[in-house]
Amino acid sequence: MRLRRIGVLAATAALLLPLSAACGKSSNDSGSGAAGTLTYWASNQGTSLDNDKAVLQPELDKFKAQTGITVNLEVIGWPDLLNRILAATTSGQGPDLLNIGNTWSASLQATGALLPFDDATMNAIGGKDRFLAGSLAATGAPGKPPTAVPIYSLAYVLYYNKKMFTAAGISNPPTTWNELVADGKKLTHDGQWGLAVEGGNLSENAHHAFAFGQQYGADLFDSSGKPQFDSDGEVAAIKRYIDFMAADKIVNPSDAEYANNQSVTDFATGKAGMLLWQAADSSLKSHGMSPDDYGVAPVPFEQPVPPGGKHVNSMVAGINLAVFANTKHKDAALKFVKFMTSDAEQVALNKTYGSMPTVQSGYSDPAFHTTEVKTFQEVLATTAAPLPAVPEESQFETLVGTVMKGLFADAASGKPITSAYVKSKLSAANQQVKAGG
Amino acid sequence: MHEPRWVKVVRAVVLSGLALFTVAPIYVMVSSSVKPLVDVQSAFHWIPSRFTIRPFVDIWHTVPLGHYFLNSVLVSGAATVCSVTVAIFAAYAVSRYRFAGRRLFSIAVLSTQMFPGILFLLPLFLIYVNIGKLTGIDLYATRTGLVITYLTFSLPFSIWMLVGYFDSIPRGLDESAQVDGAGPLRTLLQVILPTAVPGIVAVSVYSFMTAWGEVLFASVMTNGDSRTLAVGLQGYATSNDVYWNQVMAASLVVSVPVVAGFLLLQRHFVSGLTAGAVK
Amino acid sequence: MPVTRARRRRRRFGLRYQATPYLMLLPALVMELAVHLIPMVVGVWMSLKGLTQFYVRNWSAAPFTGLANYRVAVDLHGPVGTDLLHSLGVTTAYTVLSVGLSWLLGTAAAVLLQRPFRGRGLIRTLFLTPYALPAYAAVITWSFLLQRDTGLLNHVIVDDLHLAGHRPFWLIGGNSFASLVAVSVWRTWPFALLCLTAGLQTIPDELYEAAAIDGAGFGRQVRTITLPMLGAVNKVLILVLVLWTFNDFNTPYVLFGKSAPRPSDLISVHIYQSSFITWNFGLGSAMSVLLLLFLLLVTAAYLTVTSWRRNDA
Repeated sequence: MRLRRIGVLAATAALLLPLSAACGKSSNDSGSGAAGTLTYWASNQGTSLDNDKAVLQPELDKFKAQTGITVNLEVIGWPDLLNRILAATTSGQGPDLLNIGNTWSASLQATGALLPFDDATMNAIGGKDRFLAGSLAATGAPGKPPTAVPIYSLAYVLYYNKKMFTAAGISNPPTTWNELVADGKKLTHDGQWGLAVEGGNLSENAHHAFAFGQQYGADLFDSSGKPQFDSDGEVAAIKRYIDFMAADKIVNPSDAEYANNQSVTDFATGKAGMLLWQAADSSLKSHGMSPDDYGVAPVPFEQPVPPGGKHVNSMVAGINLAVFANTKHKDAALKFVKFMTSDAEQVALNKTYGSMPTVQSGYSDPAFHTTEVKTFQEVLATTAAPLPAVPEESQFETLVGTVMKGLFADAASGKPITSAYVKSKLSAANQQVKAGG
Repeated sequence: MHEPRWVKVVRAVVLSGLALFTVAPIYVMVSSSVKPLVDVQSAFHWIPSRFTIRPFVDIWHTVPLGHYFLNSVLVSGAATVCSVTVAIFAAYAVSRYRFAGRRLFSIAVLSTQMFPGILFLLPLFLIYVNIGKLTGIDLYATRTGLVITYLTFSLPFSIWMLVGYFDSIPRGLDESAQVDGAGPLRTLLQVILPTAVPGIVAVSVYSFMTAWGEVLFASVMTNGDSRTLAVGLQGYATSNDVYWNQVMAASLVVSVPVVAGFLLLQRHFVSGLTAGAVK
Repeated sequence: MPVTRARRRRRRFGLRYQATPYLMLLPALVMELAVHLIPMVVGVWMSLKGLTQFYVRNWSAAPFTGLANYRVAVDLHGPVGTDLLHSLGVTTAYTVLSVGLSWLLGTAAAVLLQRPFRGRGLIRTLFLTPYALPAYAAVITWSFLLQRDTGLLNHVIVDDLHLAGHRPFWLIGGNSFASLVAVSVWRTWPFALLCLTAGLQTIPDELYEAAAIDGAGFGRQVRTITLPMLGAVNKVLILVLVLWTFNDFNTPYVLFGKSAPRPSDLISVHIYQSSFITWNFGLGSAMSVLLLLFLLLVTAAYLTVTSWRRNDA
């Protein structure tokens, strides 16, 4: 009898124990309690999540001193951020403010989870004319109000190793792809290669597919939003990029499996003389390369210009700041957006993170007057274009990125890459968008 | 068992081969954890050309490793204790009784293993959020919610395995206990459990490791306070750089207590039916 | 007097006989319903709706599309269907090889570690270490090992042992399948060792002694005593290993990143890539339900075959 009672107690305990097991409840970050508190999900821009906290907290304290509003910060790593946004969108319980990758803008806009920045809202934070045209273009589908505002901007540039260039007798960085191939061939010898490529990384591949495609006059989606990955221009564009490894042989075949920034390591350690990347400075520094060892130039163009080719050599990369539509503190949130896009904050944060301000007045600071920054600024202002702002954008990145990864793998194993072959792969990708969308 | 010579040779060869297979990646982990970051992805050397213990210091700062470790221990421990308790009762019922719905229960429990985890994620998440809204019991972004999730994850296998172990314990033991006047509970506690200790230890290890290593749900259902190690380790992969040497160092550091636990548990694998228990 | 008391006790035991198993089962049942079964039913319901990113915010507003998602998934004329089928084939081969090898190694090691010898505890702990290591770190380490230029494997094969002239690829191309199986076996076989070692403990020593007296050698004893007595444990172990390996997401995802090379396109990552990454949960759920049905068939077949074997024995 006693044992039976013990048994029942044990079973009950087993059921209740989980409820009490968590000694100390962890704070719930849903929608925040007090009227003067905001919850902000920041993305990882610095060297670690702690580093981001250390960078942002003084700014948040400044904001509190100015407005009396406390901001609860949570820094979320990239592997988790989209999942957390998904959870927040589904349940309606999330932060008041959040960072999003600007390529996510159109997809998130389609969910309706983010507050649209219509003219009235834009004016509340200082007006849309303050922003760089390129940065603002990457905030949602054209014809619809932006779904977020840009706060950090980046673009692709060509990094080149000065010492290796001198040793190979090259005096200036290439401005056309033919020049890049010629320079690459001069650099490729004895375990050293001309260009490092991140062939296994889907996003990198997709970004280049876009930029090369623009130069070849190809649009990834037609005017009605249907995919056309296998247009002649796009096929030629992608083939041009793959041929660096397949035909021109200025890229190490091992690059076909690079997906964890090994190409940056190769560039930093002198295994490759050139690299197409966004902001690589802090990576290169942590790999032991001094800023004097390398130079920065705009990404080359195609010469002669293909029919319909646009003068674009980079996608507009960057981070946007969005407000959750379900927020209970809209006015306070907009005050924070205004604060983050103010000149002072834009200068301070972009200086620390090595990215570019998204407001024109932010460039007055001398920190942004170096040649390198000027290169970025020029690219962002004149030759960068946003990725197609359609809800299927992430499908494009996955599908086309995968096709290119496969093409690099084929090239690495010596298989010949023909236009027909490239086209067949892209056509299959096309169909998958139609089916899945 | 009498051991002829050839068995000794086979044992030496097989165990050595397995040891090599097991050790190679572990060696890479250890040697990577004492290299400066630049060397980790450069050409492979058997002995690191540059040696540093910096990573073992940095891991505690780059990511709040100590906090995550504590969370993992609490969550995994609680999930294991509850899961194994619930599983023991359920397995005893399935193993020792014939009742209506026995088959159905077994199949239903088994079918949960066939569904990909990501499909549970959203509905479960919604359930937790709604429970929080309706009853005020916070499950989302808490350790409690994780404990409940993990204990249920390890239940099916634990129940099935324990049924298997219990089944191999002869009914004769049960019957002699019942002749002595024991009810079902006493039979379970005094006869079955002591005999099934190796099985229970195996199942506890499994429950603990399932909770310890789970990534998908932990990444969605936790926030900075409740985050566990499995997700926390990914914090070494920042937007600029992935600190490989720190990832390796942190993994080794957090695995040392687990491996020490395994070592201590060795003795519990070596118990069995004592000869002559069945008269 | 004692007889009457005993009989009364047994009768009371008999009455409780009805309720006891259900009571003991109740906690497990409640947890399974709440955390596993109800979400699964919701998942099936999701597969019947066009639940894309447009409706993530408000699921009830998503249009009811019936079997449309299923039709897309199984359309063998379209790339989605052919890829899914290919992925299913790859995953089946992967599962058979991985579980087979893991079980073989686990059994061999468990049997060979039965007799105590100096250092046995240490060796067993060493063998269990891969199971203790966090999956992310372990699989990433393997991806280092398998790098073409800088990995240990190619260093040993090409530089140290001179087995090949040029450096092979292990993470892309045809070899990627072998890499995937190797990593999976490395992570899985310690678990098999764990369960089988525990199972071996329930075999009484007298059986072996009796067989030895009858003249059975080591091999005969393993075949006639060890393996049959492990039957109950093996039946469960192999089944769950098959199910887990089939659904394994972490290993291929960490090893190959977001997209696996075609020879190693496992179905869990495939489903994730085709649907969840674009928030098309309707399609993803449909693919998952199809996977579930496939595995139910496999399990039913497995259980039927193993009960036949049991009945014969």
